[in-house]
Amino acid sequence: MAGKRKIPIKPFVFLVCLLPAFWLVYGIFTGTLGANPIETILRDLGDWTLRFLLLGLAISTVRRLMGWAWVMRYRRMIGLFAFFYAFLHLAVYIGIDHFFDWATIWKDIVKRPYITIGMTALLLLIPLAVTSPKIMVRKLGGARWKKLHKLVYPIAIMGVVHFYLLVKADVREPLIYGGILLFLLGERLYRRYGESFQFAKSIR
Amino acid sequence: MLIKHTIASDPKSFEITSKAAYLKRRDFLKATLALSAAAILPTSAQAYLPQKIEGIIKSPFSTDEKLNKYDDVTSYNNFYEFGTGKGDPLDNSGDFQPKPWTIKVDGLCNNPGEIGIEDLMGQYQQEERIYRMRCVEAWSMVIPWVGVELASLLKKFDPKTEAKYVEFTTLFDPKQFPGQKYPIIAWPYTEGLRMDEAMHPLTLLATGIFGEELPPQNGAPIRLVVPWKYGFKSIKSIVRIRFVDKMPTSTWMQQAPSEYGFYANVNPDVDHPRWTQAKERRIGEFFRRPTLAFNGYAEEVADLYKGMDLRKNF
Repeated sequence: MAGKRKIPIKPFVFLVCLLPAFWLVYGIFTGTLGANPIETILRDLGDWTLRFLLLGLAISTVRRLMGWAWVMRYRRMIGLFAFFYAFLHLAVYIGIDHFFDWATIWKDIVKRPYITIGMTALLLLIPLAVTSPKIMVRKLGGARWKKLHKLVYPIAIMGVVHFYLLVKADVREPLIYGGILLFLLGERLYRRYGESFQFAKSIR
Repeated sequence: MLIKHTIASDPKSFEITSKAAYLKRRDFLKATLALSAAAILPTSAQAYLPQKIEGIIKSPFSTDEKLNKYDDVTSYNNFYEFGTGKGDPLDNSGDFQPKPWTIKVDGLCNNPGEIGIEDLMGQYQQEERIYRMRCVEAWSMVIPWVGVELASLLKKFDPKTEAKYVEFTTLFDPKQFPGQKYPIIAWPYTEGLRMDEAMHPLTLLATGIFGEELPPQNGAPIRLVVPWKYGFKSIKSIVRIRFVDKMPTSTWMQQAPSEYGFYANVNPDVDHPRWTQAKERRIGEFFRRPTLAFNGYAEEVADLYKGMDLRKNF
């Protein structure tokens, strides 16, 4: 696939991943983000964090199910974009929504489960982002690096729970994210344990 | 191929059809087109257009704070009957027909009956009331409502002394309210007030905003406005008012009893379990501002709750 291609795909994917951010910046300057633009920005950044997290998890699933090895080349970039949007989400929450009102923010973190969970997920993303360069993989050693990056599973679960807990009544959207996550995690569990289940059945 | 030979003595088409008939035919065509368009595109052809309300008087209860923009007031709404997104009520209310409309008033009263929206607007002096509106989600607006004091309407139905509460119900009609097709919350939306709250002069039955009739997304044709309570108490598109002796269970109490109480008075000291109520964002402003007790109406209403534990009775 790669050898003959003239158009550089990776920079193109990079730009596509930046579109949601550009869209928000465009909205800020044209005043098209509605009556409560801060809420729109915060929600949008949260949505895109979750989408990139799930997309990152979907990449190896696609490789296994479709046999497309080339998709793996985009995994790190997608993962880093998840971190990028998560970081902006947090920055807007602290710096714009609450304007560095640390007392209120701290109360939010300790009193509100959805904030506690979201904040934990975000902190756990930091070591993953820091160890994303190839040199870090070498430094840590492949096995340890892989083990560390398994953190993405609880992070994604916490992300979906964070969303589920914050909606007032209409849980349909968080449940869609939950369903996709369940499929992605289920595929991994099945791959890992499914065959041994079948083996166990056959010897019984 | 058919070839039509024209002969000079043949009548010309304008000689057969008189100009009047020809114009009539055009009208007929136009009307037919409009009708079929209405059938295909009901939203664009029949959309309800709120009219100006005549003879509105000003009220001393109005605040002189800066009004929110009409576009913000009518595009950022919580009205789950049209969908749970803030923009859904504007986007999905094109089919809504607030006229004709009747409100049934019954329960523990000596004079139960019905009143049509036109009668209500004709018989009662319409007042402008500029109130702060504080949503439970920690945002707020300043809105110029038009309407009548709820008390003046309720008195007409002569509530009995056993009547301790008033229960309000929103229209249930999934054809007009597409959000009601899904059991997001228990339909129809129900709210309630204690009798003294309902009779308080601040409590308004709103028929309009900005000098015009209410647009559908704001609760047309008639809604409650209780300015010292969180916005969800101000039930929209009311079809029934009932005098009762027991505290009604409001929709949100039923949905999440630990998060929404019957009173729902604006209170910066009692947080919603999932967010602080100490501050609010006034729509159109960048910085959050402190939330005031009873949304700034403490002087008028705090006495109603004397001796009550407002932490328990949230």
